[in-house]
Amino acid sequence: MILGMIAGNAWVDGLVRMGVIGLLVPVGVIALTYLERKVIGRLQMRLGPMRVGPYGTLQGFADTIKLLTKEDVRPQTADRWTFELAPFVIVVPVLMALVTLPFTADIFVRNLTLGLFYIVAVSGLSIVGFVMAGWGSDNKYALIGGIRAAAQLISYEIPLVMAVLAVAMVGQTLNLANIVDNQSDVPYILYQPLAFIIFTVAGLAELYRQPFDIPVAESEVVGGPFVEYSGIRWSMFQMGEFVNLVLISILGSLIFLGGWNWPIGSGAPGIAQFVLMLVKTSAFILFFMWMRASMPRLRIDQLMSYCWQLLLPFAFLQIIINGLVLVYVWPDPVMAILSFPATGAALYLTYRAARASGVHYQPGFQGVGSVL
Amino acid sequence: MTYEEVIFYAVATLTVAGALGVVVSRNVVHSALFLIVALLAVAGIFVLLAAEFLAIVQVLIYGGAVTILILFAMMLTRVRDLPTAVDGPQKPVAVLAAGAFMVTSIVAVLSTEWPGQTDKINVISFNDIGEVLYRNWAMPFEIASLVLMVALIGAIILARGEEGE
Repeated sequence: MILGMIAGNAWVDGLVRMGVIGLLVPVGVIALTYLERKVIGRLQMRLGPMRVGPYGTLQGFADTIKLLTKEDVRPQTADRWTFELAPFVIVVPVLMALVTLPFTADIFVRNLTLGLFYIVAVSGLSIVGFVMAGWGSDNKYALIGGIRAAAQLISYEIPLVMAVLAVAMVGQTLNLANIVDNQSDVPYILYQPLAFIIFTVAGLAELYRQPFDIPVAESEVVGGPFVEYSGIRWSMFQMGEFVNLVLISILGSLIFLGGWNWPIGSGAPGIAQFVLMLVKTSAFILFFMWMRASMPRLRIDQLMSYCWQLLLPFAFLQIIINGLVLVYVWPDPVMAILSFPATGAALYLTYRAARASGVHYQPGFQGVGSVL
Repeated sequence: MTYEEVIFYAVATLTVAGALGVVVSRNVVHSALFLIVALLAVAGIFVLLAAEFLAIVQVLIYGGAVTILILFAMMLTRVRDLPTAVDGPQKPVAVLAAGAFMVTSIVAVLSTEWPGQTDKINVISFNDIGEVLYRNWAMPFEIASLVLMVALIGAIILARGEEGE
């Protein structure tokens, strides 16, 4: 009876669904923090947290209590409202994006017709929070970090949106559930590997994790926009980062890996859908953590030129390929035949640029900011 | 009052408050932040009019890109270098002109005979918008893109020229 009442009223229904998300998110973030410390520890041949609880499982909760009870310090010269509101401006858009993200075919808050577009638009708002934190702290490292964050996030948003757009073009829809349904036979990663690679790299940059952690680089700008924050406000930044990690991972598994479908063929029952989503999303999350442990940080000019000279042209190439296939009604495998060699070319250029920036790198103005 | 009216007045208040903040705020960065509030609230009004696509575009372009570039440009100049008071002796004249413009707009809106039913919302799907924009009006769209392209190239040339190349 209570369930019937909830389902009857759109407002109550929406609020209950949002409440569940709001409760699950902090718990998920605590679990992810523990997972990340364990994974990175193992990759670096350490044990990771071991002291609190069996195998350190309660470490995250202990850290949460510490962060919540810590003093919330605000520098005297900081711009009060800008400084205090910045964490909210980062966290709220990320949570707003969760509204339309389907976890399985049945578990979602609202299934919007323009879901994909909505997620892209709303998550772009977080950048304002970085700028506010950087400027409001009245700290030169925070300001440099904020400017770096704005430049990086705006630049990498473009290839990310282009890669997502390539998928939406072929699917002829912006509804995430429909995009998943379109992949019931073959997941889009096989037809559009180029878009997938671009999405993963740009997603990594949007998450400002290694090798793209330039805005928050510890050894350069000592934490960037977050340098003056402590206690609960700092943990809000942390929460925003981890929720964003989950968001990008779920989005990637929905639009490229076929979401809640079996790798080939559809019709997974309810619980299998959940397990499939969990496996696919975890693969993304673990990949991002793996990158963090094994890649060195890029320089800011390398970061910018990689985005504008390599990712963006290749994103356009994928869109042109898809456009040709759609206009001339070629069979879908043609997309794969054209996209795979392009992926190879993109990877080769990345490899060549990485080599050139190492041993053979000649300092000088000509070499700066060129990938090709 | 219906739900819609409550939401409309909340969003409209936010829009007006944000717009006033832009003008009244003494700090230029604060003005830019208030501008974001006002623009996002306008997106809320679009949602109320069932123009979801327009609302999302508003958030993406104005909330996510344009204002950040404004902020970006302002942060590169130091706060102390910016003028604290942006008003001058012409303030009363400006208030008068702005007030006159507002009254004119309101009178114009109220006295116009709008075509079609204004008390009913026409829901236009984004597929239709795409159809109209890229099929029926493809040429004006391309011309607008060309104008933007020229402006971009011009900006790059100006920026490079300053380095003395």
